[in-house]
Amino acid sequence: MANSTMDSTVDPRARIQRQVENSLRRRHAREKRFRRFGLTAVMLGLAFVAVLFVSIFSRGLPAFWQSTLTLDVRFDPAVLDMGPPPQAQPEESPRDFEQRLNAWNFKLTMANWNTILEDALISAKPDLEEHRRQLRKLFTSGAKYRLRDMVAEDPSLIGQTRRVKLLADAEVDVWVRGNIDRSLPDARLQLSPEVRRIADQLHDDGILNVSFSTTLFTNSDSRSSPASAGLAGAFMGSLFMMLVVILLAVPVGVASAVYLEEFAPKNRLVDLIEVNINNLAAVPSIVFGLLGASIFINWFRLPLSAPLVGGLVLSLMTLPTVIITTRSALKAVPPSIRQAALALGASRVQTVFQQVLPLAIPGILTGAIIGVAQALGETAPLLLIGMNAFVANIPSTPFEQSTALPVQIYLWQGNEMRNFFEARTSAAIIVLLLMMISLNAFAIWLRKKFERRW
Amino acid sequence: MDNMTLIVLLLILMGVAYQLGLTRSRAVASTTSGRMNSRPGYYGWLVALWCGLPALLVFVLWTLLEPSVIRSVVFSQLPPEMANLPSQQAGNLMRRLGDIASGYGVSGDPAPYEVAAAETLARLRGIGELAKIAVMASLALAGLFIARGRIRPQLRARTHVEKVINAGLLLCSGVAILTTVGIVFSMFGEAMRFFSFVHPLDFFFGTTWNPRFSSTGHGNYGDFGLLPLLWGTLMISIIALLVAVPVGLMTAIYMSEYAPSWLRSFAKPVIEVLAGIPTIVYGVFALMVVGPFFSSLGDMVGIQIRSTSALTAGFVMGVMIIPFVSSLSDDIISQVPQSLRDGSLGMGATKSETIRQVVLPAALPGIVGAFLLAASRAIGETMIVVLAAGNSPILHANPFEAVSTVTVTIVNQLTGDTDFASPQSLVAFALGLTLFVITLGLNVVALYIVRKYREQYD
Repeated sequence: MANSTMDSTVDPRARIQRQVENSLRRRHAREKRFRRFGLTAVMLGLAFVAVLFVSIFSRGLPAFWQSTLTLDVRFDPAVLDMGPPPQAQPEESPRDFEQRLNAWNFKLTMANWNTILEDALISAKPDLEEHRRQLRKLFTSGAKYRLRDMVAEDPSLIGQTRRVKLLADAEVDVWVRGNIDRSLPDARLQLSPEVRRIADQLHDDGILNVSFSTTLFTNSDSRSSPASAGLAGAFMGSLFMMLVVILLAVPVGVASAVYLEEFAPKNRLVDLIEVNINNLAAVPSIVFGLLGASIFINWFRLPLSAPLVGGLVLSLMTLPTVIITTRSALKAVPPSIRQAALALGASRVQTVFQQVLPLAIPGILTGAIIGVAQALGETAPLLLIGMNAFVANIPSTPFEQSTALPVQIYLWQGNEMRNFFEARTSAAIIVLLLMMISLNAFAIWLRKKFERRW
Repeated sequence: MDNMTLIVLLLILMGVAYQLGLTRSRAVASTTSGRMNSRPGYYGWLVALWCGLPALLVFVLWTLLEPSVIRSVVFSQLPPEMANLPSQQAGNLMRRLGDIASGYGVSGDPAPYEVAAAETLARLRGIGELAKIAVMASLALAGLFIARGRIRPQLRARTHVEKVINAGLLLCSGVAILTTVGIVFSMFGEAMRFFSFVHPLDFFFGTTWNPRFSSTGHGNYGDFGLLPLLWGTLMISIIALLVAVPVGLMTAIYMSEYAPSWLRSFAKPVIEVLAGIPTIVYGVFALMVVGPFFSSLGDMVGIQIRSTSALTAGFVMGVMIIPFVSSLSDDIISQVPQSLRDGSLGMGATKSETIRQVVLPAALPGIVGAFLLAASRAIGETMIVVLAAGNSPILHANPFEAVSTVTVTIVNQLTGDTDFASPQSLVAFALGLTLFVITLGLNVVALYIVRKYREQYD
């Protein structure tokens, strides 16, 4: 106190100067702090992206490699005793032939494939004979059907030996790759100690090894044989839905954008449509799912789980996106183009379709691609129209039951076989992300390439 | 002949009609001395439209009406006690008849009246098919030749064609209205059916959510109180906004006012990537990475944090809407006129003082609008919450515990269930309606604020 009174009596200017300096220091410190906050926010954002991608990729990439057993499989005629496949006789009706063929296929399926698998292992490692009953647990149950399909395709294989790569059981895969705590007590492990020991031994001998597997791309989902569960079915489902979106949402969206931007008179109806579109863009996606469940499924009785219905729902959902982006693409075309065309005697329709639209096409395409990408990643509405059903077939038309990529991710993350399906889930996410990234990259490329400055 | 082929044939015929109109108009042009009103292509289009549109209209109406007409004829033939079956059984019977008619056979011996009805069905279907093709073909050909015969120099083909194009475009814009009507209609209808089971007051102000799945379908349905769900939704949205708003807003400020251009051109698209990632991916990320992380963090500090909790879901959802907040705020901040900034800087204010005391207040209404939009995003978000919120519809205020939200409950109540007769599945529509109204309200308010703000500087 005494100090300050002395200062003020001594030199008021120096006191003020010091005050100003102090406040300036404070203000500059605050400025720096503010800046640092900003930089931290940006870094946080970047860090989120990095953590997300790193964690997904580090978990998912291993799933593209899988434990496989490379074996010389002998298609033993003693086990496969159904004989050669029936040939069509000239005197029999096609129906009778089909019956005989079905009987043959049935016998082929019911053959004791386990014996063949076991024999193949024992011929590679003769000392496994004493554990014969345990050996079948090493293979995923899909391995049998794989062999059956080989014979069904080429019946002359019976009696021959072929080198085949067969997928190991999912539990074996988890064990061999150390995705489970190896010190757990027996009661908490799915595999018996015997099978675990055999698996380790085969792994050391190089018969069971982890190699790149295309299962994920070629197979459909499977319940009985988790190791051979793949994305092909979901991929086709997503593809069909994208097709429906491209065929429905894009033309309708572009047409309504053209109408609203170029032709619409100023009246109540048009105002109503505009307000509607803005609101639809903000409606949560799950509401579209409810709409689909109530109108398409319950009212029109369209089939459950069909990509057609999924595509319809997603089309309605992406319509606002397509309309809004198309409108801004049309807005970007300068009015002088329209005026010039009109001045030369073109009608409004001619102006729009022959001058404005071609110029706006890059922007429209970009918008369409973004809309399709949005539809590709959407999950919630599909759950409500039954697309989360388990489907083991790869659909070949949009009317068949199917899942979609994001729904498959949802189904897999809920699978009880955590150790195995966590990696699968992340792998499916990688596939989905790569599809979305390439779609968006394509959109950016289109925009960069055809962008025009007026 | 299935519908696909029919449509393809019609399209081919339209192509032929176009050509006929084209050549005819050229012939007319060469024989008359006057000028044609329109270019030849328009006459072609006119003929094609006359050929295709009426037939297409008949096709659509026919396809929509045929099943119910056939059904009523077939049912009138059945014994009287079958005529008044409830709709479910009637549908099954119709399917059974269809199976008999198509020759696949059915389980059990069909009764004689069924066989008779199936025969009628098969005959009617055959006749219907033929009649449809005949009507469509004659309409298409009649349209083609009438239109072709009407081609004269005075015919204003272009005007006619353009009118049709205009009508088509208007029709396409109508789809948006139709969608909204569909949403409101379906939600409202099904929600009303739900309210016939449960009193609206019990739904909107009930504090317990405990629907019972009674197999008998009668009696006690359990409690359908909305409040625990709404509270869960609110809690998660608040957490999400607490994450997204500071980070998003500061990012926008730093990017537009401070960042060197190399950082901006790199960081902006990278952060925008967050907006393009599907929500299911965020959900799995929350479940596999963020949840366990929070849970072990809680162990370290000594708080019990469940790995699926309001915090996990809210945090990840916040990350998801960061780019949404930042790009909206960026737009709004850059709309503040430069003169305001220059004035403030000229008075000796530091940059951060300018931002905090001049730019932000000027941009405030827009930023508030952006927050409301972000909030409506968060409220309607589904997959993250389905996977990471833990689904426990109990009223409590602990963000480290599991909660449930409106969207999660919609998914739980409706998944795999298509029989919309029980309150357990119908409640999904009442919840959907609530969600729709809330998000719509938020959006209307947000757009109103943003628009009002924009007018100040334009």
